[in-house]
Amino acid sequence: MLLTKKSPSAPRSAGSSFASSLQGAIGTLDRRAFLRKSGLAAGAGAFAAALPPSMMKRAEASPPAPGAGSDVQVKRTVCTHCSVGCAIDAVVQNGVWVRQEPVFDSPINLGAHCAKGASVREHGHGEHRLKYPMKLVNGKYKRISWDEAITEIGDKLNKIRNDKAMGPDSVYWVGSSKHNNEQSYLMRKFVSLFGTNNCDHQARICHSTTVAGVANTWGYGAMTNSYNDMQNAKCAMYIGSNAAEAHPVSMLHMLHAKETGARMIVVDPRFTRTAAKADQYIRIRSGTDIPFLFGMLYHIFNNGWEDKQYLNDRVFGMEKVKEDVMKKWHPKAVEEACGVPEAEVYAAAEAMAKNRPSTIVWCMGQTQHTIGNAMVRASCILQLALGNIGVSGGGANIFRGHDNVQGATDVGPNPDSLPGYYGIAEGSWKHWARVWNVDYEWLKGRFASKAMMEKPGMTVSRWIDGVLEDADKMDQENTIKAIVYWGHAPNSQTRGLDMKKAMEKVDLMVIIDPYPTAASAMPDRQDGVYLLPAATQFECSGSCTASNRSIQWREKVIDPVFESRTDHAIMYQLAQKFGFADQLVGKRDGKQNIAVVNTKYGPEPVVEDILREINKGTWTIGYTGQSPERLKAHMRHMDAFDVKTLRCTKDVVDKETGYNMNGDYFGLPWPCYGNAALKHPGSPNLYDTSKHVMDGGGNFRANFGVEREGISLLAGDGSHSKGADISTGYPEFDHVLMKKLGWWSELNEEEQKACEGKNWKTDTTGAMMRVIMKNHGCHPFGNAKARAVVWNFPDGVPQHREPIYSPRPDLVAKYPTHKDEKVFWRLPTMFQSIQEKNKDISKDFPLVLTSGRLVEYEGGGDETRSNPWLAELQQENFIEINPKDAEARGIKNNQFVWVKSPTGAQIRVKSLVTERVASGTTFIPFHFAGWWQGKDLLNKYPEGAAPIVRGEAVNTATTYGYDRVTMMQETKTTLCQVAAA
Amino acid sequence: MARMKFICDAERCIECNGCVTACKSEHEVPWGVNRRRLVTVNDGLPGERSISVACMHCTDAPCMAVCPVDCFYKTEEGVVLHDKDLCIGCGYCFYACPFGAPQFPQAGAFGLRGKMDKCTFCAGGPEANNTEVEFKKYGRNRLAEGKLPACAEMCSTKALLAGDGNVIATIYKQRVATRKKGPEVWGWKMAYKEDGNIAAAEVKS
Repeated sequence: MLLTKKSPSAPRSAGSSFASSLQGAIGTLDRRAFLRKSGLAAGAGAFAAALPPSMMKRAEASPPAPGAGSDVQVKRTVCTHCSVGCAIDAVVQNGVWVRQEPVFDSPINLGAHCAKGASVREHGHGEHRLKYPMKLVNGKYKRISWDEAITEIGDKLNKIRNDKAMGPDSVYWVGSSKHNNEQSYLMRKFVSLFGTNNCDHQARICHSTTVAGVANTWGYGAMTNSYNDMQNAKCAMYIGSNAAEAHPVSMLHMLHAKETGARMIVVDPRFTRTAAKADQYIRIRSGTDIPFLFGMLYHIFNNGWEDKQYLNDRVFGMEKVKEDVMKKWHPKAVEEACGVPEAEVYAAAEAMAKNRPSTIVWCMGQTQHTIGNAMVRASCILQLALGNIGVSGGGANIFRGHDNVQGATDVGPNPDSLPGYYGIAEGSWKHWARVWNVDYEWLKGRFASKAMMEKPGMTVSRWIDGVLEDADKMDQENTIKAIVYWGHAPNSQTRGLDMKKAMEKVDLMVIIDPYPTAASAMPDRQDGVYLLPAATQFECSGSCTASNRSIQWREKVIDPVFESRTDHAIMYQLAQKFGFADQLVGKRDGKQNIAVVNTKYGPEPVVEDILREINKGTWTIGYTGQSPERLKAHMRHMDAFDVKTLRCTKDVVDKETGYNMNGDYFGLPWPCYGNAALKHPGSPNLYDTSKHVMDGGGNFRANFGVEREGISLLAGDGSHSKGADISTGYPEFDHVLMKKLGWWSELNEEEQKACEGKNWKTDTTGAMMRVIMKNHGCHPFGNAKARAVVWNFPDGVPQHREPIYSPRPDLVAKYPTHKDEKVFWRLPTMFQSIQEKNKDISKDFPLVLTSGRLVEYEGGGDETRSNPWLAELQQENFIEINPKDAEARGIKNNQFVWVKSPTGAQIRVKSLVTERVASGTTFIPFHFAGWWQGKDLLNKYPEGAAPIVRGEAVNTATTYGYDRVTMMQETKTTLCQVAAA
Repeated sequence: MARMKFICDAERCIECNGCVTACKSEHEVPWGVNRRRLVTVNDGLPGERSISVACMHCTDAPCMAVCPVDCFYKTEEGVVLHDKDLCIGCGYCFYACPFGAPQFPQAGAFGLRGKMDKCTFCAGGPEANNTEVEFKKYGRNRLAEGKLPACAEMCSTKALLAGDGNVIATIYKQRVATRKKGPEVWGWKMAYKEDGNIAAAEVKS
């Protein structure tokens, strides 16, 4: 018998109901809205999450509920986990975040979410958050007031700063890629005003090698195309990226491309969930990306598949690479190094060459190595050889990690640069002092010396050595005495044993974070630790930059919960204590750049004003056109942008601002040159010569001079962005070049005065850009060749070098690592001496240990492991081990094992016996913390604020090893031994 | 009248658990109750595929057939729902269901199970639509709001489709036609060999 409920008999709610009020707030769904929701209107039919016709009728028939729920609001925000940038509609009632609805209009995610994105509403519950300021007293965390906290922390840091035996460089500031652009920018300024360059953030240990390698190849250190543009690819090769777990929603675009015929190749030591979706999976030994990539190049050159015209016009030094590749990387050498037989390498090379445009994707699998800088350049070179850069469907699709790691890299707390990659030379400081409305001389006086002001600081990967190393071996006066963790997990950095020592040696630890993080529980200390509760990005507004350089504006969803305060408010309040609050907001001579408002949690700088200041100074990478007004208009009209091109191609006028976004690319992906009035549309695919510069086109950057060894570095004749007045290569623009070309007269008198002596990067009026781009269709940064060979890196042509802890002593002899460096980023840094010492270590530690992500967790995991909806899905840390290796050690599936490291550390995790890893390789996810070598640290956390799921951090067991250019840590290839527990 | 169905496209599913947490958040489902979950075959091996499974809202639902107190009913859209006030927690439906959909949150002494809980296709229960009491017992009623189940609406790769069986079947067919291959982990040929016999090879001892 079927019992059927008849709809009419179902009692309708009386109108006071909560849901009918929601309907009023969200608006009814008409046919068009439904089509939009389904993704059909976006021109991607096969995407559709189907909607039954019967439901369309019902929705059309039901009028919006009367405004019964005027207290219900819908706030548009963006997921704070990975860099895809999935939009979220948060439904807020009486100040409480009650529901989360998908944003089908978003061209980036079309409403889709992974486990993390679908569960962000939990932030508003925040049961396991840090609820109020705390301080460690006799080994226990005690609640204190904000006033006490600011006073005590401020006094202690001031003491260190003003003490002759310590000084401003003795405080290390770890900033955050989870801060929005405005906060991370303000953080760089804050640290500068404190008087040091000792600051950093997650990008160091995420994509620093990419940023350095890619920028030095063709101009900008960023993903060249976009997730969306992957729909235009005919072949995609993922090497060192497990997108299905790390960037799940990116797979929406890739799987669509695959269904319409694109080939997909995955190269990885693990058969990942991404590999499960590939047409071809290639297993390489961890850390051997260069032999594989150059093995592909060997076949490309051998078969004449390279794009010769492109190489002639747009690439410098490929002959030298070719010579090296043909000499060193014949198929036998490739197989010996990375373990891949010739046929598989050939198949991958053929697929990439014969299905153009083809794209390459890489992530931490390439970056986190001692030769990460060379690996990413090998990937760039492959794409240059195939003529795939600057082409829709091609490109180097480098997936960044955190939601705003791109933005924090662009404008945030980097030890070697001021916002916008301006560097830290005198001219850079003067440029920013002018923008900040701060006196340069005063600023200089804040530092230990002018030399220290212009010397790159230490990196987050090495702050522990800044504490533990002898002061006389360092390139700064004194060691680090205080560490401020401002939105950064400690368990994401390697060498846990040394980190614990460093944490116990410093005078002061300050942790500013929504969660207490593992840093609160790791050290055995009795006092000298402060915890300050920061608000999440859902409790403030601001902009964030997705991996594809699109900038999205988040509306504030709810007020900061418990006693937490926004990061920029905390910065301002600490600055008040330090006495540089006025400088932080640019208040001088009757002018003030950034307004300050009073909130229930004290004074707070206005976010929009901070963005306007960023706009005023960040000309290098085009963060100048993205005014808050334009960004907000985009967020209100996401449906106006095409899913495949990201472009708005019709008149769409935002009611609130009157702004017409016709021609814009979604989120004005940087570079968006000139000021907002120039109306540059943003650049969807970098270096694309098929488009006019005012349509987002471009070419490679002239950043390395005009010639090298008698060969021109500028682009060849006839190679230029569409419609450019100069039809050959040209250098970057300054006032001299403009005068020579006779374009100077196109500036008005006032502009001429302002631009005198300036170049495209330092003209703060934007007038030079207007003339160069709008009047002449040229690119302000010049038009040059990409560099296959560089001269400012240790290896001009990328060279394979064995990991410091290598399982192959025979190959260490053949491909040794770099020589030790006496002083590198202020610290002595070892390469060869450690490799030599550990040449035969694989006898005792025969298994390669690599690490990576799980879809349910993010970063150090303090936030996601505190979210019950996610925590329930992964309750224990584990090690993946091949059945052969497990059997040899008497290990059964799902039992506790000890993972032993050459450092002497041992961690206790569950075994997962699986062929996902090859024999000889093991894998541990890196999101866990809260155990220390077998012991649960639960009672060391502040009461009630420990994460739900705790486990052993893989980085407790990781070893020494840093990239020779950027100080990236080696996490992907080290060694271990596993034994049953 | 539409008949509501789920279908999970195994070629698209990347086992991200987005559907699982979407469900948890939308209905405030407590720890330990899993209205939806992922099932993976060939984990870590070539041929690895996952599908997202919840109540399949069967046309002739075995749970309804075995329930001793007739607490189940089917809506006009074909959604299988139940009345928690009638449910006696006997667990028969749990044994009858081929998908493991019924959940019993309150495991107690003597096999005491408490009221059964399961996926409602985001269609609530017998109480008045979108009332507080309906929400507390069954979760939100999205269908009454003109929306589809949260799990499918938020699926990261649009693998999980929900809606009128005819419509989602058309979409799925279109995908199969584009890909030139059907599901490789579920369907007739997986359960039965070409000749129609149960694939003994698939059943491991």
